[in-house]
Amino acid sequence: MDKFRMMFQFLQSNQESFMNGICGIMALASAQLYASFEFNCPCMPEYNYTYGIGVLVIPAFWFFLLGFVLNNNVSMLVEEWRRPTGQRGKDPTILRYMFISISQRSLIAPAVWISVTLMDGESFVCAYSVDLDVYQFGNATEHGLSEEELMRMLAKIPCKLIFDGQHIISREAATRYIQCVSQAFGWLFLLLITVIAFLIRAIRPCFTQAAFLKTKYWSHYVDIERKMFDETCTEHAKGFAKVCIQQYFESISGEMRSFHGHLRGDDSDDDDDDDEKHNNDEDKLLGIWAQDDMDKVLWNWHTCKPPLSLRKDGVSDDAKGDANTQEIGLLNQKGFGSGYNNKKEWAVYYSKV
Amino acid sequence: IMDRLKLVLQYFQSNSESISNGICVILALISVKLYTSFDFNCPCIPQYNKLYALGVMFVPPVILFLLGVMINRHTGVMMEEWARPPGKRTKNPAVIKYLFSAMMQRALLAPMVWILVTLLDGKCFICAFSMSVDPKHFTGLPNNTGLDLVKIMAKVPCKEDIIFRNTTFRKAVTRYVRCYSQAIGWSILLLLILVGAVARVIKPCFNHAIFLQTRYWSNYLDIEQKLFDETCVLHAREFARKCVVQFFEGMQDDAVLRLPLSHTLPSRKTQDEYEEEERLHGITRKEQVDHLLQTWYQCRPELDVTKIAHRPTLCITWEDYKGRTIYSDV
Repeated sequence: MDKFRMMFQFLQSNQESFMNGICGIMALASAQLYASFEFNCPCMPEYNYTYGIGVLVIPAFWFFLLGFVLNNNVSMLVEEWRRPTGQRGKDPTILRYMFISISQRSLIAPAVWISVTLMDGESFVCAYSVDLDVYQFGNATEHGLSEEELMRMLAKIPCKLIFDGQHIISREAATRYIQCVSQAFGWLFLLLITVIAFLIRAIRPCFTQAAFLKTKYWSHYVDIERKMFDETCTEHAKGFAKVCIQQYFESISGEMRSFHGHLRGDDSDDDDDDDEKHNNDEDKLLGIWAQDDMDKVLWNWHTCKPPLSLRKDGVSDDAKGDANTQEIGLLNQKGFGSGYNNKKEWAVYYSKV
Repeated sequence: IMDRLKLVLQYFQSNSESISNGICVILALISVKLYTSFDFNCPCIPQYNKLYALGVMFVPPVILFLLGVMINRHTGVMMEEWARPPGKRTKNPAVIKYLFSAMMQRALLAPMVWILVTLLDGKCFICAFSMSVDPKHFTGLPNNTGLDLVKIMAKVPCKEDIIFRNTTFRKAVTRYVRCYSQAIGWSILLLLILVGAVARVIKPCFNHAIFLQTRYWSNYLDIEQKLFDETCVLHAREFARKCVVQFFEGMQDDAVLRLPLSHTLPSRKTQDEYEEEERLHGITRKEQVDHLLQTWYQCRPELDVTKIAHRPTLCITWEDYKGRTIYSDV
């Protein structure tokens, strides 16, 4: 497990390399999927073309969409696109950069699928066997078949076991020819996308390099800021919950103390060490000492949960303290419309003259 | 063993040249694997044989070359160095030339491997040049099929064809053409190794000092770019954290600064309580939290953390009645 954790940490430390890893895995998955896929040409004139081209195009489209689904940055892109402007302007170049980088990664797996399909050639053989010219591959000059029967025979070319026109057309020659064409298309496709990628990657620094650095920084910033916000919210929720529960226990123990009428005296007779340890244990008990009290705490926790409103600390016993509490209480109950504007800040500037 | 792996990774990462070499070798291995898994399918038709075979021999090397250029880190560094305005740092054309030649050498390895493997295997040559062979040197040419000579010779690369069933003609022609192909392949390999060895041996005789300088500065450019990217990432992280904390604190109702002067102080807070207050950032009610989350979406704060980055800190100085300092935080 330790090895996996280190590997995972290494990949996650660099967000880009993590995304590249997922990209590579999807490309391998698409090649493996093709290898394990059992291609089954229907060998009927009406369905051959649909099946052949369907196997070529539909999984590619599916892999493209899957790339979008697996990419975490898609929700970030949509969020940045749809948010109101607020106090921070929106930069369309950042949105464009994020969209392009997400699309680039999603396009790799479909490209792998299409090139593997074309290199293998079976889908082309299935789709285009009916368009063959009989005289080019034929063994005999006359075949004596009607249009429809000829088409049906040609459609059976991809299926070795049910082909019955060996005397009219050489099946291997025809298959080989179509596979050739398919492989040529495959290599041309690979060449085309490599040239396009090369132009984008290697020639781009000649143009707009400064603007590119800016958009790269800010799109990365948006991602990090979202993560930081989630982290801060989680930490805040933890602190909130802890203080809320502590105050709940304290409030119940306050009730218990007034109910039991201060039965406990102070333990100041013990020596110091014991006292401190005693105080620590006492603190952990949060003022609940008896079974009935604990039962009441548990009962109240379900029937009457405390409000989501923490008391501020530092209340002292004199009148000033009371006024303070009252003021805080008043502030707590005000709405947000006015509270937002009544902020007071005291700052003391000390100069070292 | 994990420590060793970590050491190895660190060693490779520290030296960007060795990473480029590693990627180059991996690409060469990929090209070999690609060739072995590629299903070579000679069309055995006179018009298309040569086109197909030469296409298979030369189009993949172009693709591998472009891939090699794209994957190499030095490409980006070189293009940036070439295209940037001079600014306060003058440009050194020797460095750009060095980067270019290093990139070219690495990018040319995988295509050469493909071409050599193709030649040594021989299938491409057989497909392309079986029609140029003179059949008089070989016995057993099938002459009862009614096809012309060119078409028969074009069918030689295809094993399954029935016209060659009873003769050794096909195998003989194949072996002959493969011989040629392997001879050419080995010669090219020998030539490349000779050129490489000679260049390596006599290079220190020319301008070695300048070579050391250009190598140093090209390595420096690479490292500088990496460090810049890393610093930007760290800065963005810090910026984001401060922006979010500033946003949280801006949502408080009131900011009260409690100056610890009175001795009716509540008991001194423990470390845990300080941390709790830190985490809460002053947001202590459900409505505040809801309002905060809503405002985060509706009205994103501006990108300015100057206030929190340069927050004034509180320093206390105790003076006695004569004005002498008893205690000071300053």
